[in-house]
Amino acid sequence: MTDRVLSLSNISKRFGSLVANDAISLDLKAGEILALLGENGAGKSTLVSILFGHYTADAGHITVFGKPLPAGDPKAALAAGIGMVHQHFTLADNLSVLDNVMMGSESLWQATTRRAAARDKLAQVAARFGLTVDADALVAQLSVGERQRVEILKALYRGVRILILDEPTAVLTPQESESLFAVLAQMVAQGLSIIFISHKLAEVLRVSDRVAVLRAGKLVAQADARNTTQAQLAQWMVGHAVSPPQRRPSQRIGKAVCVLHQVSTAPARERLDRVSLTLHSGEIMAIAGISGNGQATLAEVLCGTRRIAGGRIELFGLPLPQAPSELVALGVARIPEDRHGEGLVGDLAVWENAVSERLRSPVFSRGYWVKRRTAQDYAKAVIARFDVRGGGPATPARALSGGNMQKLVLGRALMHPGSLLDTDTRSFTPKFIVAHQPTWGLDIGAVAYVQEQLIAARDAGAAVLLISDDLDEVLTLGDRVAVMHGGHLGQAKAALDWSRASIGLAMAGADEVAHAA
Amino acid sequence: MNEFLDILTNPAFWVAVLRIATPLILGTLGVLLCERAGVLNLGIEGIMVAGAFTGWLAVYVGAGLWGGVLVAAATGAVLGLLHAFLTVVLALSQHVSGLGITLLATALSYFGYRVSFPKVSTPPTITPFQEMDWLGIPILAEQTALTLLALVSVPVVAYVLYRTPVGLAVRMVGENPKAAEGQGVSVVGVRTGAVVLGSAFMGMAGSFLTLSAFNAFFFNMVNGRGWICVALVVFASWRPGKALLGALLFAFFDALQLRLQQSGAAVLPYQMYLMLPYVLSILALVLVARKASYPQALMKPYRKGER
Amino acid sequence: MRLEKRQHSSASALVLAPIGAVVFTLMVSALLVRWAGAPVGQTYALLLQGAYGSVFALSETLTRAIPLMLTGLAATVAFKARLFNIGAEGQLYVGALAAVAVGGMHDGTGLALPPALLFFLMLLCAALAGALLLLGPALMKARLGVDEVVTTLLLNFIVLLLVSLMLDGPMKDPTAMGWPQSVALMGELELAKLIPQTRVHTGLLFAVALAVALWALMKYTVLGFDIRALGANPRAAAFCGVPVTRTVVLVALISGALAGLAGAIEVAGRTSYLTLDMSPGYGYSGIVIAMLAALHPLAVVVASVFVAGMLVGADSMSRAVGVPTFIADVIVAASLISVLVATLLTQYRVRWR
Repeated sequence: MTDRVLSLSNISKRFGSLVANDAISLDLKAGEILALLGENGAGKSTLVSILFGHYTADAGHITVFGKPLPAGDPKAALAAGIGMVHQHFTLADNLSVLDNVMMGSESLWQATTRRAAARDKLAQVAARFGLTVDADALVAQLSVGERQRVEILKALYRGVRILILDEPTAVLTPQESESLFAVLAQMVAQGLSIIFISHKLAEVLRVSDRVAVLRAGKLVAQADARNTTQAQLAQWMVGHAVSPPQRRPSQRIGKAVCVLHQVSTAPARERLDRVSLTLHSGEIMAIAGISGNGQATLAEVLCGTRRIAGGRIELFGLPLPQAPSELVALGVARIPEDRHGEGLVGDLAVWENAVSERLRSPVFSRGYWVKRRTAQDYAKAVIARFDVRGGGPATPARALSGGNMQKLVLGRALMHPGSLLDTDTRSFTPKFIVAHQPTWGLDIGAVAYVQEQLIAARDAGAAVLLISDDLDEVLTLGDRVAVMHGGHLGQAKAALDWSRASIGLAMAGADEVAHAA
Repeated sequence: MNEFLDILTNPAFWVAVLRIATPLILGTLGVLLCERAGVLNLGIEGIMVAGAFTGWLAVYVGAGLWGGVLVAAATGAVLGLLHAFLTVVLALSQHVSGLGITLLATALSYFGYRVSFPKVSTPPTITPFQEMDWLGIPILAEQTALTLLALVSVPVVAYVLYRTPVGLAVRMVGENPKAAEGQGVSVVGVRTGAVVLGSAFMGMAGSFLTLSAFNAFFFNMVNGRGWICVALVVFASWRPGKALLGALLFAFFDALQLRLQQSGAAVLPYQMYLMLPYVLSILALVLVARKASYPQALMKPYRKGER
Repeated sequence: MRLEKRQHSSASALVLAPIGAVVFTLMVSALLVRWAGAPVGQTYALLLQGAYGSVFALSETLTRAIPLMLTGLAATVAFKARLFNIGAEGQLYVGALAAVAVGGMHDGTGLALPPALLFFLMLLCAALAGALLLLGPALMKARLGVDEVVTTLLLNFIVLLLVSLMLDGPMKDPTAMGWPQSVALMGELELAKLIPQTRVHTGLLFAVALAVALWALMKYTVLGFDIRALGANPRAAAFCGVPVTRTVVLVALISGALAGLAGAIEVAGRTSYLTLDMSPGYGYSGIVIAMLAALHPLAVVVASVFVAGMLVGADSMSRAVGVPTFIADVIVAASLISVLVATLLTQYRVRWR
């Protein structure tokens, strides 16, 4: 029997009324890759954060290589041989790679930093695992893939024997993910044991030895990766049989609603480079690509929060207005990527957030004064129609859960206040929807709901621009699909004309080489 | 023009420059240490008042001059501990906590002074630090030991910040506290240590005023020097060497306006000369604003274990 | 030791916490009274008596509270938008300068205006002066990213020197025999007294009215929404269409204007002259008041009366018992810190590991 290097017993953790982990018991065997699978909100990140010491469990204990692990202390976790590669990298941009890697490895009472020795050690570790980096480069100058390598090297430098990776492929192209898997194999060959968190079923089966499935905070299944199927995993994740999502192509594609001609933005921060695109009513145009290649800029430009520096954009035949309130008045529905940081003002009430985009229109304000009663009625209607739970109109928005926040954001974007006047609601669907990662971080039920709403709006005649880094969502929902890489938008093709391989190549920019040639 | 050259070629002018720069060097180093660790410390003005008072009082009751400096540093450290507790442990607003400490420390110092000397018309004096004739170097020999301490502190702070593990930890904590925590470094511990040490420097900066520049404690003695240090840190891009440069530059202009007033070349009302230091500080801030690379975690509260 | 967010904060806790904090502060300040060698009970009794114990005491407290209410409101609106205006002291003085310039020099600018109109003009200029003084730092922050804390602070020192300059020269009172004060305000422009034989003047009505106006602005208007959204989440505010720069400018104008009015109303109601020591730190106390009031305009009125009471009570107590008046400043500053901690404890629980 192979030894257990790690043993979690009855780990429980609550955040207020939310039970994140419920009496989870799990073992990790020497030299294995254990995948921790579950949908968003199932408790995977919380569990490994407890393991690494970022959080303290309310109950339960952990044993590492036979010894008990002190709780809530990353220093103790590192000393015990556990390392973690976080989903959102914990790196200091203004410091060098070497500084980031060696920080904390020497005693704070030591009189001087031994840089030369550290540099050698880093080179050795990098060579052992096949990860190349420039020790003196500033992290701010590195690409996403390079940053992940630094994040991994931080742990390997400390000589960890158990490595946790939290959603490592979220920011990688399919090809880069393959390189990562090769590195993982190398690590196992060198004696490490690995916990690998993911919500991507194919990947999990490909790379892991065993799979543990979490659902709503509980461990619901463990299985040998060789003996299980994606369908079985999906069923465990959701709790009931899941049929693969159906494609529902558009029945009627209408006129052009929004046209971008050679649009470019200023060189700073994820620029756009001569992007051209035509969006038609009754069609979902899905933009695929790794986050950080200009999609956010494209969304910002169409939402009125970023200026363009070149080219032109037409909406309904006229130049695109700059101000968000004008866009909303014209019938543009905007769903931002970050509901917490951009979509809602957490400290304000739900009703204030519900009308925040339209406050300057005569519907909700008379001169300087807010029409509070009308606004609150509208908020109640949105809450009812879009099933927003967790509070009433007066509740501060930050009290809502992520899924309910997203429903509120969706509701206020899609539900025109004219519908309060009981007139024919068909004339009040938005004509143009900009949806930027609308299902990110939601559980399967909420994801399905949001996708339904987008399809329904499209069938009612809206033009939908969907930006998503979830390939499955892009290929299922999109009528046409285009890929964004390095600020360039590739040729849009019908969804059925793409394969995962061809999209992967486009996401990595490989097809541009062919174009330029 | 001639008056200018007369002033600049007179060694006494440069002696004054160094003297004026000393509390600024110490104070700016103090702010630098706090801000590198990610904590804005607006308590500096009050800490300097408190350091000036307690240092002077210690000497008055017989503690000896270096004893006074030590007491001033300890006063600063205690106030720094309070600020660290409020902002690092409790994660309260760094702006408000700092301002509260400035108000509290100033009020306590003035109260303590009045209680100790209820009915004085002229402030009581002590014998301050003497000039260091034994040094033999011109201009430096006419300074006091505290100026030497300030000058030596610059390379020491630079060494600690850039060449020791604890200095790297301080910088990391000011850039990305979660990264530091994930590498086993206690963010609360390092930030508290940096704030306490920085505040000790601020206390010493205050003591220079009562133990070296003057020999008594006056109300409104610090007169905004603390805020100028906060501006100088931005100007210095949080680097000790540039902090020294900024303090000297500032002291240069301050000494210049004083000399101009005295030399009779003053054509403007004296108040306008006195405004110069403050105007320059604002200008310095505006000039470097665009390219200021703040420690990325500056002023962002860090709560461990919170979602 | 760590902090854990509480599930619910009861409304009563939110009101009791500041009061408990103040009581705690008074208990700790008793140590200072002992240090001064005075009896604690008698000292505090005299303090409270001197603050609120008679009609006269109350009138003195209310008089002192008037500029505090206005600087408190100035800090409230600015801090609500995360514009840290520490320059209310300077804005107060330029407001006073403008008031004296319009209402005192050359017999009211030499124009033959009816007193009511001149009075209104005087207030307008004071408000404008304070507003423009804050506009500079606000724009520097919005456009250049310069931290407004240091710029507004440094401007305070510059303004004080400017006042000194004015008092030495153009605004010097020729009848004052060398005492540095300005020419007096025209008699018709002085504010009437609310209670005869006391110093409390109609400026109190102005201050309370402005508090109500600010409360209504924040709660019921579009601008109020813009300010609150901007202060709470600037990115989300920009996304939903709040005009960011315009809002920052408006906040700066309102905040500076309120502080400028504080100066004008002090001159018109209490002193009639502008002197260098007219404001013993009202601008800074206003910040403390705003925080004590948790940035709620109506609570600012209550907090001002509290702080004013401490200052006035300490004066009369000091004359009787000899404890230095600075104890009031200690109490006020310590109250700020303890109220912050107490309010935090209503939202977070302390957990020992």
